[in-house]
Amino acid sequence: MLEIEIDGKKLTVPGGSTVMDAANSIGVHIPHFCYHKKLSIAANCRMCLVQVEKAPKPLPACATPVTDGMKVFTHSDQAVTAQKGVMEFLLINHPLDCPICDQGGECQLQDLAVGYGQSGSDYAEEKRVVANKDLGPLISTDMTRCIHCSRCVRFTEEIAGFQELGMANRGEFTEVMPFIGKTVNSEISGNVIDLCPVGALTSKPFRYTARTWELSRRKSVGAHDGLGSNLIVQVKNNKVMRVLPLENEAINECWLSDRDRYSYEALNSQERLTKPMIKQGGVWQEADWQTALEYVANGLKQVVAEHGKDSVAAVASANSTVEELFTLRKLMAGLGVEAVQAFARNADFSVKTQGAKWLGQSLEELSQNEAVLIVGSTVRKEQPLLAQRLRQAVKKGMALSLVNVHGDDLLTKLAGEVIVRPDQLLEGLLQVVKAVVELKSVAAPAGIDLANVVVSDAARAIANSFEGKAKAAVLLGNIAQTSARYAEIYAAAAALAALTGAKLGVPAVAANSVGAELIGADLGGNVFAAAKKAYVFVGVEPEFDAHNGSQALAAAKQAEMVVVMSAFQSCAMDYADVLLPISPFTETSGTFVNMEGKAQSFNGVVRPLGETRPAWKVFRVLGNVLGFNGFDYNSSEEIRDEALAGDTAARLNNTLTSAVAVSAKSAQGLVRLGEVPVYQGDAIVRRAPSLQATADAALATTVRLNAATIAKLGLVDGGKAIVKQGQGSAELTVKLDAGLLDDVVRVATSHPLTRDLGEMVGAVEVLKG
Amino acid sequence: MTVYVKGVVFENVNFEDPNCWRLEEYVKRGGYAALKKIINDKITQDDIIADMKTSGLRGRGGAGFPTGLKWSFMPRSFPGQKYLVCNTDEGEPGTFKDLDIMVYNPHALIEGMIIGGYAMGITVGYNYIHGEVFEAYQRFEEALEEARAAGFLGDNILGSDFCFQLHGHHGYGAYICGEETALLESLEGKKGQPRFKPPFPASYGLYGKPTTINNTETFASVPYIIREGGQKFLELGKPNNGGTKLFSVSGHVNRPGNYEIPLGTPFSELLEMCGGMRDGKKLKAVIPGGSSAPVLPADVMMQCTMDYDSIAKAGSMLGSGAVIVMDETVCMVSALERLSYFYHEESCGQCTPCREGTGWLYRVVHRIANGEGRPEDLDLLSRVGDNIAGRTICALGDAAVFPVRGMLKHFRHEFEDLINKAQKAKGL
Repeated sequence: MLEIEIDGKKLTVPGGSTVMDAANSIGVHIPHFCYHKKLSIAANCRMCLVQVEKAPKPLPACATPVTDGMKVFTHSDQAVTAQKGVMEFLLINHPLDCPICDQGGECQLQDLAVGYGQSGSDYAEEKRVVANKDLGPLISTDMTRCIHCSRCVRFTEEIAGFQELGMANRGEFTEVMPFIGKTVNSEISGNVIDLCPVGALTSKPFRYTARTWELSRRKSVGAHDGLGSNLIVQVKNNKVMRVLPLENEAINECWLSDRDRYSYEALNSQERLTKPMIKQGGVWQEADWQTALEYVANGLKQVVAEHGKDSVAAVASANSTVEELFTLRKLMAGLGVEAVQAFARNADFSVKTQGAKWLGQSLEELSQNEAVLIVGSTVRKEQPLLAQRLRQAVKKGMALSLVNVHGDDLLTKLAGEVIVRPDQLLEGLLQVVKAVVELKSVAAPAGIDLANVVVSDAARAIANSFEGKAKAAVLLGNIAQTSARYAEIYAAAAALAALTGAKLGVPAVAANSVGAELIGADLGGNVFAAAKKAYVFVGVEPEFDAHNGSQALAAAKQAEMVVVMSAFQSCAMDYADVLLPISPFTETSGTFVNMEGKAQSFNGVVRPLGETRPAWKVFRVLGNVLGFNGFDYNSSEEIRDEALAGDTAARLNNTLTSAVAVSAKSAQGLVRLGEVPVYQGDAIVRRAPSLQATADAALATTVRLNAATIAKLGLVDGGKAIVKQGQGSAELTVKLDAGLLDDVVRVATSHPLTRDLGEMVGAVEVLKG
Repeated sequence: MTVYVKGVVFENVNFEDPNCWRLEEYVKRGGYAALKKIINDKITQDDIIADMKTSGLRGRGGAGFPTGLKWSFMPRSFPGQKYLVCNTDEGEPGTFKDLDIMVYNPHALIEGMIIGGYAMGITVGYNYIHGEVFEAYQRFEEALEEARAAGFLGDNILGSDFCFQLHGHHGYGAYICGEETALLESLEGKKGQPRFKPPFPASYGLYGKPTTINNTETFASVPYIIREGGQKFLELGKPNNGGTKLFSVSGHVNRPGNYEIPLGTPFSELLEMCGGMRDGKKLKAVIPGGSSAPVLPADVMMQCTMDYDSIAKAGSMLGSGAVIVMDETVCMVSALERLSYFYHEESCGQCTPCREGTGWLYRVVHRIANGEGRPEDLDLLSRVGDNIAGRTICALGDAAVFPVRGMLKHFRHEFEDLINKAQKAKGL
């Protein structure tokens, strides 16, 4: 510990601290622009110059290490003169167009100019003008305002993992720009807007729609992945105008994924369903809630009475709140219906664990692992901020490796990477299991037949990366979780974890997957395989949100009664009998349990649109209409307290209840690799126009194959191909993907273009289009 | 034209001989004797560094930091790769001495670097050569081949277990790459921008490893010091200003060129060596140490001796030893306009005061030089300069300000005259 003095206050700080760290620790504010606690030190803005005793000139607080006995003066004449001098330089070429700048009111330059700027300028020359850059549909640029702090550049390189922005040219002609002809395509790109201390980078969708001081700031929780990012939702006139991260070091740190940041656009979309609707004689008619709910209650009761309780299934989004899923399940139980399924994207429902599946540890603990293996995951797109977290952990020494079905770049150093066909994910994992068995000279785990497994060098590298590591984890990604062989993959991963002393973790696919399991909204298996007579869809669109979209759509179409509860009108118009407008997460109070098992409750940030009602209130009324007991809740908190009663942490458990026999199989022929595209995961994201304009969204309209497969099939990169699976087909643009193995056909699922295709992984035919 | 007067870097070099740079000629002049002496007599690293300290050799790149002291900073027991780097990124306007060393006596540099590597326990060196003198780079590569073939360079030098690999690298002509940390960035393949210090290169240098960086002339002086002893070198000059120094004399003299003379030689003698003022004009001013050194008027300069201390006392810097001589016909406003343009053009743009301030300085001087000056401009220049100097990541900011300050100190009346004319022309 070092003893120092800042502005006359004595304090002790750990060795290696900078003057900025020390000042922050006692709440002394030193003005700065380029410094950011999560980024490397650049010391280029010079705004944080302070006086240090015995130093001949002012020193940058952000880059000056503390030495014992140092005396720092942050507001002395020397310091303030230097700071004012820097401010003058920053302003001479800054446009000072604050009245028309989107950053106005939340601009660090504007704020600091109040304290350090002059009311007039001695700069009589022409100001610099810098051409704007096209950074894509999410980030708007006014590069003339740029003060060259390089935060955005450092963010793309250090946090996002790939330097998509750089400083080109020199001197006062220095410009921040992307690679020529490229945009910024990172899945967490929007953070550069928050980082930009001026109005050079602003939100394209939000631009010119409101002034920051008109907006109220309301807390919420991210609804599109399992992380549970904390949000500030900014609201004006009962409309969500913008979403920003709320700093929570344990979860999203100070970042936000683009998906959580920009999905709000859908909340204000023309596609919103604002009134209950009933189809009568094939014609849709608006109805009042009372009529609609009585229609639903009577209809469901009638189907159960006529066809039995197994003829009805409720399918809910795992992005539904605890309160919604709990009341749904309770309502179905009242009808005698067991099938309440929030995991319609899964194919294999035979994994039985002693508790709800979860990450197996907190996110912060995950970062501290020395070795982590991820099985079957497009991590950056599935959980953008988890990928970021792992990237930072790798920099601190974590050995990260992958058993995967494609070679997508995680933009970090890997200790090993086994790439297999999508129908061979289990076999890829078994290679690692066998490599560990061989390395440790132990017997194969019970129930796992390793006889036919050929171990690759990459698998050995992964096995080695676990050797001698006290803290390790094996994680199962979305591709593993939705695999038709999930139970075997799970058992193999559990065995690997046991062999290596690692924790097995299941990063939740959706905002409330863990909550859904805790509540028991995971029953009924594949509710579309044997079609039901009646379906209740809560926030799901079966054609997009089921493992096999065409199967689900067919099941919905043949049903006698389909109740669709959604925030949006949709193609449900074709198969639904009744449409009930329910609140998206911004219009209801509720709770999500994130992947680490943390329950986060939030309030609605705006009033429900039109006649929209929170789903839990709809279920409450339905329960009352049906005359069930226990539906007299006064608030969502009452439901939450009942749903999550007791020690929920004790009910998180990834241990299998019984052994699963695991054996390797061979596979050949063209096989589909179907993933849920990053911006197709749920009904809200699908309708966010700016996200749909990104490069990632465009990628979902392609069929990706490696060069050998393209050649073998007589296709042309950039040309058209027709992909056939089962009865369905899709015409897509061919795109080369060098990270795939031979015969792998990477076609998105959950996408309008591929809706007629079948299961996520299965045999396909590909013809030249 | 290079003139050897009495010096160590060009000791006995026959500039008329097109082969004077070759290994064979260098050895005939006593080259590589110092290296042989070290290897054969098993001279210790401590002894070499002590000799370097005795010599009083100060960095010839411009900063004048004592070389022996710098060498002693290198953590000799550091486990892992360390680097030795030579800075031949000679880009300071007026300076052209390192170019001649590369062209006429490259082996002196090579031998100096090998000795440096030996003294600091370094096995890999790089010579970063300015991009606009490509022929010098090519010659250096040829010289390296000769040294390797002769066993002076590479593995097991002269049969010992000392190994030293030396590589040439040419930049692309950016002035900023002469700043040692920008040079390291450029050498690593990145944009040439200075790093902030600390950490200094001695602990975090090339590829993050301990690195010692010296100027070409500094290294080229080393063989003489080791061969003849530090004391003898010191005595060539004067205390605290040991040895001889190359001066690149340019401007209004009859014989511009490089002159290697003992430190402490009166400026008047140097001017005589250069054949005096051209066309019999009167000396007006001299920039004694490269474009970033403040200008000194003739009367001050004529009292100076050519060494670090004397020039510093007169209010300027010996710098790299570039002596720019200006006669009575020179308009000092135009001269400053050209200098300020250079720094504006060469600012890397990384940190605010230099990026924004160098352009401002240039524009104001440009305005004055072009009859658009305003009465408040001189105070403005001083104020802007004060806001740049000492506030930047590297010394380029200071370098841009010093000439402005020098000109305003000694030739303020010329600026005022132009401003007054401009005001009159506007009827003010």
